[in-house]
Amino acid sequence: MLLLEQAGEYVLLMQRALSKPDKWAVFRNQLMNEFTNLGIDSIGIVAIISVFMGAVVSIQTAYNIDSPLIPLTMVGFTARQSVILEFSPTIISLILAGKVGSRIASEIGSMKISQQIDALQVLGVNPANFLIFPKIIASVLINPVLIIFSIFMSLAGGYLIAQLTDLYTPQDYVTGLRYSFSAFTVFYAIIKTVVFAFIISSVSGYHGYKVKGGALQVGQASTNAVVHSSIGIILFNLILTQLLLT
Amino acid sequence: MITVTNIEKSFGQKKVLRKISLNFEPGKTNLIIGKSGSGKTVMMKCLVGLLEVDKGSIFYHDRDFSAMNDKERKSIRKEMGMLFQGGALFDSMNVEENIGFPMKMYTTKSPLEIRKRVDFCLERVNLKGVNKLSPSELSGGMIKRVAIARAIVLQPSYLFCDEPNSGLDPQTGNLIDDLILEITHEYNITTIVNTHDMNSVVEIGDKVHYIYNGELWWSGDKNNILTATNTELQDFVFSTELTRRLKT
Repeated sequence: MLLLEQAGEYVLLMQRALSKPDKWAVFRNQLMNEFTNLGIDSIGIVAIISVFMGAVVSIQTAYNIDSPLIPLTMVGFTARQSVILEFSPTIISLILAGKVGSRIASEIGSMKISQQIDALQVLGVNPANFLIFPKIIASVLINPVLIIFSIFMSLAGGYLIAQLTDLYTPQDYVTGLRYSFSAFTVFYAIIKTVVFAFIISSVSGYHGYKVKGGALQVGQASTNAVVHSSIGIILFNLILTQLLLT
Repeated sequence: MITVTNIEKSFGQKKVLRKISLNFEPGKTNLIIGKSGSGKTVMMKCLVGLLEVDKGSIFYHDRDFSAMNDKERKSIRKEMGMLFQGGALFDSMNVEENIGFPMKMYTTKSPLEIRKRVDFCLERVNLKGVNKLSPSELSGGMIKRVAIARAIVLQPSYLFCDEPNSGLDPQTGNLIDDLILEITHEYNITTIVNTHDMNSVVEIGDKVHYIYNGELWWSGDKNNILTATNTELQDFVFSTELTRRLKT
């Protein structure tokens, strides 16, 4: 019952949030700020996680190839496919759900308890649209860029291992990366990322917006935002994979 | 002029406002007083549309605010300014951006014109040179003054102040009261102030309305409140040792 109630509240809030902005010039400024807050500020963590993720995937793949019939070029091929199809879009989106989701929920929640949202409403501004819409648009546009960046950084991580160890040669790795490449896999990764970005920003915005109480409730909203966004990502990962890859 | 007729508001089984009818006159500071939990904040929230009344009507001149939807209310909201208890300044904006925000949203003024108006409003609330400070760098009194500046930047016809003196020392509280009074008379604003500060009542109470348990219990002004014979009002007015001593 509570789940249905929350789903209803979420839909009604999105109805108000996804409407025409009161003033486009103000919206543009908000959007630019959100690009920085939600995207540019995440580049560091995305880079670090991606390099290590790519390195580990490559090492594990090399470790599991113990048959002389399987060429070592498979390390690059497997790393590329794993990173593009799953690791970068899903794992990085889960990381962003933690970083960006908690930020959105706590920012909006703090504004709610300090009456800043009431102030917007009294000024005649649609607070849901003013606060949540730019975050959704910014996330949907910037997250695919972050994921493409993550893919490159992950593949670079695998290449780094080739340079630093003798598990496989850089030539084997690069040959594997270029083997049987299908652009559709990147398209699939971007589709997933856009859906995940919408889930992260809208679910976190919803949890922030419905805060009632004080600092404790802001913390709870932040936690719920991360948990529910992560569940949403996992669920839609399955649905989209089933729809697009089978 | 704001005319309130028979408004009622309940939360579940609890009736918070019971058939309140009032007129708030322009060019006067209309004070709503009452102890905590009496319903005065709920009433102010109903007046500005943050809560919907269950019954009754709220008219801004001849416009039925209570019957409008959010879009229709926009035109009236542009004529409103509100000072919230904690100031409610936007954390992500500095002082200048906070004050200029309503102009940015509702006017086509250039950044230079907005800046001039912001400077004028800051000067009007006796603050200068704080344009680039963020809300976290301001004292409680400064926050209230910046919030007043933001509330008057669009030259509102209606000014709502929720507990303007709360959390301030008596001297700063007096400054804020004087400022509200001056602005009300200067721009002929219909000002409504929620307070339980008796000092504010005797300083700026052009009209005073006492709410008791969600009902309008007494109406008068700062000159006759101290001599009113209403028992509940007397209990409220002379509830502190200081006021009791002054009475005797």
